[in-house]
Amino acid sequence: MAKIIVVTSGKGGVGKTTTSASIGTGLALRGYKTVIIDFDVGLRNLDLIMGCERRVVYDFVNVIQGDATLAQTLIKDKRLENLYVLAASQTRDKDALTTEGVERVISELAETFDFVICDSPAGIEKGAHLAMYFADEAIVVTNPEVSSVRDSDRMLGLLASKSRRAELGLEPIKEHLLLTRYSPDRVIKGEMLGVEDVEEILSIRLLGVVPESKSVLKASNQGVPVILDEESDAGQAYSDAVDRLLGKDVEHRFLDVKRQGLLQRIFGGRE
Amino acid sequence: MLAITVLELEHNDLERLDLQLAAKVERAPQFFSNTPLVLALDKLPADEAELDLASLMMLCYKHGLCTLALRAKLKTHIDAAARLNLPVLPPSGTPARKITLTEEVAAPERPAEPIQRPTRIISHPVRGGQQVYTQGDLIVLAPVSPGAELLADGNIHVYAPLRGRALAGAKGNINAHIFCRQLAAEMLSIAGRYKVAEDLRRSPVWGEAAHISLSGDMLNINRL
Repeated sequence: MAKIIVVTSGKGGVGKTTTSASIGTGLALRGYKTVIIDFDVGLRNLDLIMGCERRVVYDFVNVIQGDATLAQTLIKDKRLENLYVLAASQTRDKDALTTEGVERVISELAETFDFVICDSPAGIEKGAHLAMYFADEAIVVTNPEVSSVRDSDRMLGLLASKSRRAELGLEPIKEHLLLTRYSPDRVIKGEMLGVEDVEEILSIRLLGVVPESKSVLKASNQGVPVILDEESDAGQAYSDAVDRLLGKDVEHRFLDVKRQGLLQRIFGGRE
Repeated sequence: MLAITVLELEHNDLERLDLQLAAKVERAPQFFSNTPLVLALDKLPADEAELDLASLMMLCYKHGLCTLALRAKLKTHIDAAARLNLPVLPPSGTPARKITLTEEVAAPERPAEPIQRPTRIISHPVRGGQQVYTQGDLIVLAPVSPGAELLADGNIHVYAPLRGRALAGAKGNINAHIFCRQLAAEMLSIAGRYKVAEDLRRSPVWGEAAHISLSGDMLNINRL
């Protein structure tokens, strides 16, 4: 039986798809058979971030409506043999998703995969609701910024009350906080919320802190999940986060301001 | 209506009564076996009113008659009955007072008990967008996020930071109070009298443990 993890946030543009791609890739790298599902019907981008947009034939809605089987729809990643992508439809909208259809697809995937990552769209409407409804664990992606924290708090409330686990009175969804676009020197200056501030406001366990990094934009445009860029700080942070998700105790790097030596400043420049 | 035997005394000669009762028992022995009795003394002529009540009762008991109560009107008889813990019934002729059982039971007057509404205790964080309503008191043991609403007919206690809204005394109870460990609320209200964060922030207690109550029409914010 697979573990179903939803990557959600409430707020848009905080890094859900980036995180889904990297966490999914990271799990596959560690040997787990993983599928990432794009729930953003009508505004799909998981396939772009994963670099498989040219191989999309059928999509999630096709499978729900019975036009295609899962085997025909799943896109195998070219870099890793354990990794698959279920793309969203670009021509339909969220109304094409039904609870029964989603349940059927996720159950079928859960039989053969170790991890099912659900990439949630922004907001709290149907698409986001269906993405988190069947989840066992949730990664709440938050920027250290007031509106993102407020929306994540709302999403946490919904995870605790409107998921299937909540409705059936089962053990609640395990919640993790992933802080993205973190800039330690801005925190010191007092311009940005720090890790402790966000933890205090949201009261959930910290999965990881991903620093603001130019490598993320580069990776998106190249269609390579940033975790595969081993030299980038963001990639390494995602790698640490995957280890923590699997239960390992990893110290948080990237929380303090990097002190650059004189030579580094002359020749290296800021990464 | 209870069917009960009444023995109306016409004279106070106990020895004569003994003989009379013995004769009666002989005629109907089953009748006189632990039979409950009301001893009526109110028909006694005035010059024969004096008698030893205790002896009279013993006599009746000897013949299988158990005195339940006394029917009397003279004070001496009533006092004697009181000394023996014997209930006294009013003399015959008084219109029967219908006594319902419940009245007897409720003899000690109890003041009306206030309706007890249970206290609701919440130990998980109350997130933005969630609304909690309870009829009694509300106790929250975890942080209340901005955008969350707590409503209670009674008091509200938040043993953690209160960053959302708290409305106590929701049905008009002006004696409701709000307590919190860290005052950072968006809005506080007691029985409809409210203050928003804009005003609350000016209080010296902002950000600290606070106790809010209503005095007149004004919210009183005190350090806890």
